[in-house]
Amino acid sequence: MNKVIDIGQYIAIAVNWLTDNLKPFFDLIKNTGNTSILGLEWLLIATPFFVMIALFTALAWWKSGKGVALTTFLGLTLIYLMGFWTETMETLALVLVATVTALLISVPLGIWAAKNKFAAKIIRPLLDLMQTMPAFVYLIPAVLFFSIGKVPGAFATIIFAMPPAVRLTTLGIDGVPKDIVEAARSFGATNRQILFKVELPLATKTILAGINQTILLSLSMVVIAGMIAAGGLGERVLEGINNLDIGLGFESGLSVVILAIILDRITQGFVNKK
Amino acid sequence: MDKTRKVKVKVEDLTIVFGKQKKQALKLLDEGFSKKEILEKTACTIGINKANFEIHEGEFFVIMGLSGSGKSTLLRCLNRLNEPTSGKVFVNDEDITGKNNKELLEVRRTEMSMVFQKFGLLPHHTVLSNAAFGLEIRGEDKESREAKAQKALDIVGLNGFEQQLPAQLSGGMQQRVGLARALANDPEVLLMDEAFSALDPLIKAEMQDQLLELQDTLQKTIVFITHDLDEAIKLGDRIVIMKDGVIEQIGTAEDILTNPASDYVKAFVEKVDRKAIITAGSLMFEKPTVVRFKKDGPEGALRKMRASGIDILPVVDLHDHFFGFVHINEVIQSAKRKEPTVEAIIHANVPTVSKEVTVEEMLPLISEVRSPIAVVNEHNRLLGIVTQTSLIIEATKYNEEEIIELKEQANNQ
Repeated sequence: MNKVIDIGQYIAIAVNWLTDNLKPFFDLIKNTGNTSILGLEWLLIATPFFVMIALFTALAWWKSGKGVALTTFLGLTLIYLMGFWTETMETLALVLVATVTALLISVPLGIWAAKNKFAAKIIRPLLDLMQTMPAFVYLIPAVLFFSIGKVPGAFATIIFAMPPAVRLTTLGIDGVPKDIVEAARSFGATNRQILFKVELPLATKTILAGINQTILLSLSMVVIAGMIAAGGLGERVLEGINNLDIGLGFESGLSVVILAIILDRITQGFVNKK
Repeated sequence: MDKTRKVKVKVEDLTIVFGKQKKQALKLLDEGFSKKEILEKTACTIGINKANFEIHEGEFFVIMGLSGSGKSTLLRCLNRLNEPTSGKVFVNDEDITGKNNKELLEVRRTEMSMVFQKFGLLPHHTVLSNAAFGLEIRGEDKESREAKAQKALDIVGLNGFEQQLPAQLSGGMQQRVGLARALANDPEVLLMDEAFSALDPLIKAEMQDQLLELQDTLQKTIVFITHDLDEAIKLGDRIVIMKDGVIEQIGTAEDILTNPASDYVKAFVEKVDRKAIITAGSLMFEKPTVVRFKKDGPEGALRKMRASGIDILPVVDLHDHFFGFVHINEVIQSAKRKEPTVEAIIHANVPTVSKEVTVEEMLPLISEVRSPIAVVNEHNRLLGIVTQTSLIIEATKYNEEEIIELKEQANNQ
């Protein structure tokens, strides 16, 4: 069968046009992105490992209790002893920046979708697309816009990790009991007051669950981002695959898993405390 | 209702239409089409159809109807949580319907506060902070709003629960927080939407009593929504009965029970326990035949008894002051003895009541005497009499013929 419709051609044209015409814009993003990721990376690596382990263990203890604190302590120690500390901190920096950026976009977007039916109609299929499109595909425009490095890695990660936070924010706000919102309105609350004093506080738990999902999805994207030189554990995993080095592949993979478990348990601690 | 009191809330031709073709539906409504026809032609539902009423300052005004009757919609038009399609709402002679957003917020913040069926409390805030919520929205600083909220909590009897969360309280107490939140704003008008309907019967009765007690001192203008006629009667100075978005009747509980304006209202009020509502004033037989003391001797009394066919007559003086009753057999004896007055045979030791006494309260009085009950004013002047038969009819809901039949049956046995 011959190709009858060539959508790909138009997408390519659009992406090329964006690359040609919005170069200053992409450069600005790239520079800001690089500065923040590298800055955070430097901070995490410059801090002595035992201080980092102590900080994480304390945070886990505070939010999630003794068990998680112990897991955190043992897990991070194991990563350090396996020799993946620097890579893990690089990955952590990338995940944190990607997550924070994703949340800055997705929470307002989720609120908008909850408030505006028309917006919801556009946003929902977009989210479906973002979640189901094979994650590798994002790497192509990412590289075209930003060439290779950490920023395109973060870009692809943000797109892939954003949808659950948008969806759960919308769900959380839709789920606020109507009578409470009406009560606030009856006392003369403005839309802004209703959002900040009623809806967001009551939706916090659901929104936090969305943040948790975003963090985990970011981590799962890290290996893929390694393919475009985003650094960190992802690159070590790929190195293992390329050299058929099962030991390296397993150890770096295990480090990703440990980091994922720790971040998940700690953020879940935030959810359950609410 | 005291007509001299200021009109606080006035609703004029208020209509609300749900649906897209509002204008078309309004036009059809003006042309006299029925709700059903309008629904078929425009797919619009008439929520409220030309409601008109006035609520006076300090009045306890109850809007009552079954679910779907439009009562909650009507209430929400007063603070424009529901936007009226046409018609006007005045509060203190100011047109609420014409206000812009900012002015409307101001009205909601200062003039009207609302209490909700499901309470509408913030689950993550303490009782104190919930009670202060209206003031927080208004922008008052923490210290002053908490002081006012504390006062409101004291009024509703929640002293000591300030730091609890709503979920830690029972339903009745949660609604007290809702009431305190409304009172803390010190509004002129309280809107209460099925405020006690979610509570179990004992707590409900307790809350009703407490609200009435509060109203004695606070004298707010209260608009109260309920689907429970007993509640409406217990609380309301006046009651509006709504059906399908139309006001069927407005009046005091007694008006509605004694003069139902439509078959719907009639069917509704039939189920009510009338004993507690019908008073001597509405049940009494006005201008009864009386024996005028000194003017009428035993002979005169006898003549009046024959003329009216009544065996027992009240005795009053020239200024209608009530003395007691005389019975026919004793009047005959007295006439035979040729006594000049009926003084010796007056049964003075009989119960008298004022106009406001209810059937329920009068019933025990008739068990000890044979005479009717005299209704007198504060100067002991006779206003009328309540016969034992009419009391029993009211109390048992049998009509007169049925009672005669029952008596005959009893006699025949």
